[in-house]
Amino acid sequence: MQARVFVTLKPSVFDPQGTTVAEALHTLGYNAVRDVRQGKYFELEIDAPNAEEARRLAADAAHKLLSNPVIESYRIEVTS
Amino acid sequence: MKIAIVVFPGSNCDHDTYHVAKEVLGQDAELIWHKETSLGRADAVILPGGFAHGDYLRTGAIARFSPIMPAVAKFAAAGGPVLGICNGFQVLLEAGMLPGAMLRNRQLQFRCEFLHVRVEQTNTPFTVASRAGQIIKVPIAHGDGNYYAEPDVIERLERNRQVVFRYVSSSGEVTEGSNPNGSVNHIAGICNEARNVVGLMPHPERACESAIGSTDGLVVFQSLLKWGRESFNGDTLTMATASAVLNK
Repeated sequence: MQARVFVTLKPSVFDPQGTTVAEALHTLGYNAVRDVRQGKYFELEIDAPNAEEARRLAADAAHKLLSNPVIESYRIEVTS
Repeated sequence: MKIAIVVFPGSNCDHDTYHVAKEVLGQDAELIWHKETSLGRADAVILPGGFAHGDYLRTGAIARFSPIMPAVAKFAAAGGPVLGICNGFQVLLEAGMLPGAMLRNRQLQFRCEFLHVRVEQTNTPFTVASRAGQIIKVPIAHGDGNYYAEPDVIERLERNRQVVFRYVSSSGEVTEGSNPNGSVNHIAGICNEARNVVGLMPHPERACESAIGSTDGLVVFQSLLKWGRESFNGDTLTMATASAVLNK
């Protein structure tokens, strides 16, 4: 089972890296790109009996370690 | 006083801190590897600067799960003085021992320079020897020192007088140019509600001898000694006295 965890800064938190990337894209002429938010992506290979259990485990890991709940939120996708 | 300095893989200010404790101040000091589970008979704990675990994932995010950290949390919960310097501050934030989090510096630069910080609160073990409003010249060296917390948390910190250090100009004013990293309210250091856990981004241990540019950082360590003298009854920490000193 694979769980994909996407960690991003909360919308209320300023993202200096994303803003800099957006500025670089504008310099390259990608003016249609309105905004960029940079985040982290994790692929977790999990031994679990079902998708529900894999998701539960990934959520626990994301909450405890992969993200900092003070500034970040996460989203999980599970594939078999 | 016995000062325990925790060494994480990637700490690089551990020996500077040890040097200040041992050689400059003449105290008993001990380096404690992060895989230990006991602080021994420490009277104070310092989490030093550096790049624990290479800053992988987030600064301090992996170090906070080090085997020594439950002992540090227990020591702090019992009222023991704990100081986190730079990366040590980041570890305390990740561990939830101090509120808030660090973001990448606003301008994405790693800032390494001397600057000025104002001591906002003198009733912590690490500022009790300073004057209120004292301006100290100390170096910073960090890429992730942009202190952030939700507005209600910031409001609570200010109301409880938990902002201990603030970035200011050389004349002590809070100006846009004196904020090196984008920290909310120019926050350079804070304490917990009990006031015994303090974290700051600047490096007082790198400003304790005139040969290296400043002795202004000494006040942080002299405060700890003063706090110890006023709080210890012989070798026994009497919390009632300690609290009385802090709440004066």
